[in-house]
Amino acid sequence: MVVTTGWYLALGAALFSMGAVGLLVRRNPLVMFMCVELMLNAVNLTFVSLGAELADLGGQLSVFFVLVVAAAEVVVGLAVIVAIMRRRPGATVDDLSVLGG
Amino acid sequence: MEVAVFTLGAVIVLSGGLGVLLARNPVHAALFLVQTLFGVAVLFVLLEATFLAAVQVMVYAGAIVILFLFVIMLLGVDRADDLGIEPIAGQRPMAAVVGVSLAGLLATVLLVAVDGLTGARGGTPLGDAGDNTRRLGEALFTDMVFAVELTAILLTVAVVGAVALARRLSGPMQPLPVVAIAESDDQPTEADDEPAGATGEDS
Repeated sequence: MVVTTGWYLALGAALFSMGAVGLLVRRNPLVMFMCVELMLNAVNLTFVSLGAELADLGGQLSVFFVLVVAAAEVVVGLAVIVAIMRRRPGATVDDLSVLGG
Repeated sequence: MEVAVFTLGAVIVLSGGLGVLLARNPVHAALFLVQTLFGVAVLFVLLEATFLAAVQVMVYAGAIVILFLFVIMLLGVDRADDLGIEPIAGQRPMAAVVGVSLAGLLATVLLVAVDGLTGARGGTPLGDAGDNTRRLGEALFTDMVFAVELTAILLTVAVVGAVALARRLSGPMQPLPVVAIAESDDQPTEADDEPAGATGEDS
């Protein structure tokens, strides 16, 4: 038995779905961010496995940029969360419906 | 051997993902996230993406999760969520339906794609595992150099934005009004949110 690309893609699909469900279910904004990271990692895994299948470096290059953007996203997102939490301690995403005006 | 390593990595990844999904305490969720990221790093090694495996451990598990933990400790939100209550009626069944549908859709795409990949093979040659870092660096700083510069700008903007957002305003600069919160109307803590000395000058 040999590990084919399909195995990695199936694992990536499962991890992506898991992250999506977590994003829909959890209410703590920090945990929601972690679920976004799960989804990003699933996509990264897919990129690398397809790149290995096609013998192309492009998959790994894409993952590199995804990593950079994820880091920037986490920095800005956590700053927003800190700013919100400082004003309203213990806020969950459901309490932030005031942003709708 | 490869099957064993893949199975191990997949078990680590999936159990860590379930942990993030189900952990009541945000700190536990962050630690489960570390587990998932390590599992993905194992799979990267198996796919001969050695540089990305190292970066995965250093940047993701090292920097990003530490940032998460830092914010959790800073805000003191490390108490457990009560997962028993369901704030929006029907949210969890709907989320389960959406998740199962998404997984089914992705699995169907995988199963239907019997023809295999149709992309061009070997656009930028991959090289072996030992050569991986050199090839990535060469590609990044020749073909992709414009994108690399753009990410540098992006990171700079992100850092400046984070500092501007998280800064505690003091002195006469206090442009944000205190938001009227429904649940804290009965508590006279309005002045507690603002630094001392900032309240008298605006009003």
